Amino acid sequence: MPNNTPSKTGWGIVPLVTIALLLGPVTAGMIGTILPAFGGLRPGGGGGFSLQAWREVAATPGLGTSAWLSLKTGLISTFGAIFISLLLVAGWHGTRAFRAVEQALSPLLAVPHVTAALGLAFLMAPSGWLARLGSPWATGWQRPPDLLILQDPGGWSLIAGLIAKETPFLLLMMLAALPQARPAERLQVALAAGYGRVTGWIFAVFPNVYAQLRLPVYAVLAYGISNVDVALVLGPSTPSMLSVQILRWMSDPDLALRAPAAAAALLQLGLVIIGLALWRLAEAACGTIGRRLLWRGIRGANRRDDLARGIGLTLSIAAALAVIGGLVGHLLWSFAGRWRFPDALPESLRLRTWARHGQEIIDVSAGTLALAFAAALIALVLVIGCLEAEHRRGRVMGRGGLLVLYMPLILPQITFLPGLQILLLQTGASMGWLPVLIAHLVFVLPYVFLSLAGPYRAWDARYATLGAALNASPDRVLWQLRLPMLLGSVLTALAVGMAVSVGQFLPTLLASGGRLPTLTTEALAIASGGDRRAIGAWAAALTLAALMPFVIAVLLPRVTYRNRRGVLDG
Amino acid sequence: MADTGLQLRDVRIATGGRRLIDGLSAHVLPGDVLSVMGPSGTGKSTLLAAITGTLQPAFTLTGEIFLNGRDLRPLRPQHRDVGILFQDHLLFPHLSVSENLAFGLHPKTKDRKTRIAEALADIDLAEFADRDPATLSGGQRARVALMRMLLAAPKALLLDEPFSRLDAALRDKMREMVFTRARDLGLPVLMVTHDLADADAAGGQVIELG
Repeated sequence: MPNNTPSKTGWGIVPLVTIALLLGPVTAGMIGTILPAFGGLRPGGGGGFSLQAWREVAATPGLGTSAWLSLKTGLISTFGAIFISLLLVAGWHGTRAFRAVEQALSPLLAVPHVTAALGLAFLMAPSGWLARLGSPWATGWQRPPDLLILQDPGGWSLIAGLIAKETPFLLLMMLAALPQARPAERLQVALAAGYGRVTGWIFAVFPNVYAQLRLPVYAVLAYGISNVDVALVLGPSTPSMLSVQILRWMSDPDLALRAPAAAAALLQLGLVIIGLALWRLAEAACGTIGRRLLWRGIRGANRRDDLARGIGLTLSIAAALAVIGGLVGHLLWSFAGRWRFPDALPESLRLRTWARHGQEIIDVSAGTLALAFAAALIALVLVIGCLEAEHRRGRVMGRGGLLVLYMPLILPQITFLPGLQILLLQTGASMGWLPVLIAHLVFVLPYVFLSLAGPYRAWDARYATLGAALNASPDRVLWQLRLPMLLGSVLTALAVGMAVSVGQFLPTLLASGGRLPTLTTEALAIASGGDRRAIGAWAAALTLAALMPFVIAVLLPRVTYRNRRGVLDG
Repeated sequence: MADTGLQLRDVRIATGGRRLIDGLSAHVLPGDVLSVMGPSGTGKSTLLAAITGTLQPAFTLTGEIFLNGRDLRPLRPQHRDVGILFQDHLLFPHLSVSENLAFGLHPKTKDRKTRIAEALADIDLAEFADRDPATLSGGQRARVALMRMLLAAPKALLLDEPFSRLDAALRDKMREMVFTRARDLGLPVLMVTHDLADADAAGGQVIELG
């Protein structure tokens, strides 16, 4: 018989299991990184304290440039993404244009980083779509120019790619934080005091929004500094981002290179900590400057306001077009017959690419989706358990819980995943699908939680009181009232989890020892070959795999509840 | 007969050092209505949560709550036989009208379908069995909510501002219907409201909070 105290029903155990699943692999990975960096866990056995690994890292040519590049990329891309989403929300929230841009950007959240990066590469390359559209009438180019646009040594194409991909994320996080800041009322007050829309919004609404935006921003910053998947496609190669150099060491058949990889992974963590510290300083500085401007009575009205709004709308449309254009480009290339430069479109459409790669793509897609479904389903069960335990205890998770959730998102993947692989190798554990599943869960769980927690907590608890008054046990209330009423949100959380899993590169690669091909790892492997048609087909399949669960999550409740208007509206 | 009805003895509810209910005692006999009045924020809904057993842990409750001689406090909410009606009616939006009624019916009830058909006819909604609750009018929803609660055979009925969302003409009809049925079934009724007309229509004892 169920009881109402979680400790007696077993519900209390679910949050503990979830925390263990989040922190266990992270802790193990950190141990597996720290030990080899200081002479432990040597491939041939033996050990003892040593700084040899650090000397090897220090002797790597271009190390300083790599480190600087990583920091610069992370800071500028995060600032750029916030800048665009802030100007858009401040200048346009509540307007029809805003809703249109929001609807264009939201689905892009599910697009894996790798496809977005590959799409952008296709747009911006010297032989890419933008060059084709402008040639030869504007540029005079009859052949692709010999320019280093992609993978430029300054990392600017990488920064552009990260901005395009992270803007939708920060925008949606900003919107989620918005209601508590009462934006409409506050903006009204600011406008009445003569402020421009953007300035008024930044002064009156943004500080409250940012307080809730902090953890997502830190996650974006950490990812910008330390990511591997986007950097492999758009980042410079000599020298590369530090994270890419670590992966090169980790992928080397020479096991002795695991030690410098581990040391560099700790250096990478240091870079993220420096980045976060610099960001915090900048937050404080912005606060001070903002207060100064406020005292000076700056209003930012009229022309300045129009300018700020124009920039915000233009840049966010550009970000959306960059990602969408890339996706269309993938699809087109995968069906392209002959496609000469500078033609804007292929001469003909053929099925040849799909005939050649189709079978393999289907096989890999099936494995990828099965893995994604397993990870997302496990995460969903755990998250529902956590939220239900919270409900039955009558106590909402505190700040500590939120930090645990964000831990795997802020701690760089490239810092603790190599350690996980080193541990797996050392203990002789198999590197099959189970370690991959566990590694995926670490990243799927937080997103499933963040997706479901809002709607789950917002469910009217009076239904539960009513259910109990109708003699229903808490379990019956959960199964027959709460979950059916939250079907749409539950399916969306499942889709979010699947999209996160489908897009994982490093956890798949490192936890499987490179032996479990998924759409993401294959797309990146094929990307280095440079066959545009094959890249297009694999990237299109990857995007489809990430988006399909969302389509089901939107359609299924509409079919199930086609005669139950109250569920869909509420 | 001193044991019958709903008895509250020196009920105190506090949260974070603030006293919401400070020593409330009352005895509601079967078929009687006790009206608890007071502006919002005086702990009316909290008092109801104490009786249904859904008080949040942040609140501390002392005192005794007995229903027909049975101590309610150690019992889980689903075993207290206390019914409740809210102002929003809260029909389950994913279930049809008849499924809403069936939700509270005891699983061992014989001829469930007949019982539900009779219940629907009883509230003049015989044709509405398969309807989406979202398509019902306010008055129809109120009737379904009442019947759903009564089919669960409660031994007491709590009303949380149950008539405040209905328009004036409908309000009189619903008051009449709820109080008559409760009296016929011999249910003690505890109603919280801020509308004096509700208390007048109920015609029982009145307690002011706050």
